[in-house]
Amino acid sequence: MMINITVEDRNGERQQLEIPDDISLSLMEVLKASEYHILATCGGMALCATCHVQVLEGGERLGNANDQELDMLDTLPDAGSDSRLACQLRIDQSMDGAVFRILGATEE
Amino acid sequence: MEMISTDICIIGAGPVGLFAVFEAGLLKMRCHLMDALPQVGGQLSEIYPHKPIYDIPGYPTVKAQELVDNLLDQIDPFKPTFTLGERVEQITRQEDQSFIVTTNEHTKVHCKVIVIAGGLGCFEPRKPTIERLEDFEGRGVAYMVKNPELFRNKQVVLAGGGDSALDWTIFLSEVAEKVTLVHRGDTFRGAPDSAEKVFNLAKEGKINLLLKSNVVRIGGNGHLKEVFIADQANEVTALEADHLIPLFGLSPKLGPIAEWGLNIDKSAIVVNTEDYSTNVPGIYAIGDINTYPGKLKLILCGFHEAALMCHSAFKFVYPDQRLSFKYTTVNGVNAF
Ligand SMILES: Cc1cc2nc3c(=O)[nH]c(=O)nc-3n(C[C@H](O)[C@H](O)[C@H](O)COP(=O)(O)OP(=O)(O)OC[C@H]3O[C@@H](n4cnc5c(N)ncnc54)[C@H](O)[C@@H]3O)c2cc1C
Ligand code: FES
Repeated sequence: MMINITVEDRNGERQQLEIPDDISLSLMEVLKASEYHILATCGGMALCATCHVQVLEGGERLGNANDQELDMLDTLPDAGSDSRLACQLRIDQSMDGAVFRILGATEE
Repeated sequence: MEMISTDICIIGAGPVGLFAVFEAGLLKMRCHLMDALPQVGGQLSEIYPHKPIYDIPGYPTVKAQELVDNLLDQIDPFKPTFTLGERVEQITRQEDQSFIVTTNEHTKVHCKVIVIAGGLGCFEPRKPTIERLEDFEGRGVAYMVKNPELFRNKQVVLAGGGDSALDWTIFLSEVAEKVTLVHRGDTFRGAPDSAEKVFNLAKEGKINLLLKSNVVRIGGNGHLKEVFIADQANEVTALEADHLIPLFGLSPKLGPIAEWGLNIDKSAIVVNTEDYSTNVPGIYAIGDINTYPGKLKLILCGFHEAALMCHSAFKFVYPDQRLSFKYTTVNGVNAF
C-alpha cells in the first residue's frame, strides 16, 4: 500500500510524496530523504525542534503529541495548535492525504 | 581591560574543544577556552545532558554530562582557563603572526594558534517574529536575564511556556513592580511545582498570567513602552511594559565564524585532513564545525582531529623545537 502526502516548502511550493506504508520511518526522515533541507540536529529524539511542521490538513487523524514533543514545541515562538515535530510522526496509514508545511530551521 | 595570553585559544568548549586541551597539554601547549554558553560541554550539556552515549571507545555507555565532567577531570592537570558566556566576534592577526581574539563583551585573548571547535555554531536565543523586535534589543527587549536588579520596580512581560519562563516569572515576581507571563498554551509542561507556583501567584494577584495568548506587536520611542497581546479570539490589548523577555530556548547558528575569512561550505569550515588546518595558517577547525570528504559528525572523530591538529599546531607555538612523539604510557601526564 502507498501513502500519499503533500508537502509545502518554505516558498509555498507544494509537492506530492508517495511513500510505501511499510518503510518504518518518521516523517522527518522521509522529508530529509526527499531532499528537503531540515536540520534535524538531534536526529529524531524530540530534543531540538528543528523539524517543525505545520499540519494544514489531516491533523486530527494523526496520533496525539506526547509530553516531550509538546515540551519542545513550546520552545518555538512560531508554533501554533497545528504544529508537530516531523521526527515524532511515524509514517503510517493515518497520514494518508495529510498536508504538511515545513517550518523548521534550515542550515542558514 | 587586561589581555589574556595563551598558546592556543580554543573557540567552543564542547567535547572536542575540551579534549584538545589534553592533547595540547601533552605537548606543553597552554590553552584558553571560550564559549558563548555559560557552561562547558556544547551540545552534550545544552541539548542532551541525561542521554546515554554508546559509541565512546572504552565506555559501553556514558551519560552526556558525565562524559563532559570526565573530560574536565582529564584536562585539569593542564590548567586551562575559560571565558564563558561570551561570544567570540572577531579575530585579528598581529604583525608577528600571532592573533587577538575579541568577544562581544570586549574580552581579548592573545594567542599563537586559534582552534575553532564551534560545533553547529553559537547557541543563540530563538526569537519570536515580532515586527521591530530587533530595534528594541538592549532597549527593553532581552532574551536572557543576566542581572535581575535591572528589573527592580519595573513592568516586565515574559513570553514562553518552558522551565526558564516559569522560573524567571517566579523569581521576578519578587523583584519587579509588575510581572506578566504570556503563554501560547493553557498548560505548562515544565517542572510541575514551578507550574503550580505560577498558577498560585496568578491566583493571589501577584502576577498577571495570560494564557492562550501571544505577543504580536511592541512599541515605544527609543525604549520599549508597550507590548500588544492577542488572545485566543485575536483580540489585541495593549500593556504598558519597560521590559519584554521572550524565553524560547536556544538554537545553534554559525554566527560570526562566517566572517573570519575562512573557506566555508554549507555552514562548515573546509579543512585539510592532514592536520585539520584551515586556509589561514595558524587557524585550525575541529569537531562538528569542519567539513572534508567523508566527514562524520561524531565525538570520536572530533577527538582524533584534535590529536592531529595539536601535532601540527606545535610548530607555531615552538617554532625552534622538534616534536618527538611519545605515548602517555611512557612519561604519564606531566601537569603544568
Ligand atoms: C541529541 C544528540 C545526540 C547525539 N548523540 C551522539 C552520539 O551518540 N555519539 C556521538 O559521537 N555524537 C552524538 N551527537 C553529536 C555530538 O553531540 C557532536 O558531534 C559533538 O557535540 C560535537 O562536539 P564539538 O565540540 O565539535 O561541538 P559542540 O558540542 O557543538 O560545541 C561547540 C560549542 O562552540 C560554541 N561556539 C560556537 N561558535 C562560537 C563563538 N563564535 N563564540 C563562542 N562560542 C562559540 C557553542 O556555543 C558550543 O558550545 C549527538 C548530538 C545530538 C544533538
Ligand atoms: S529532529 Fe530534533 S526534534 Fe525532531
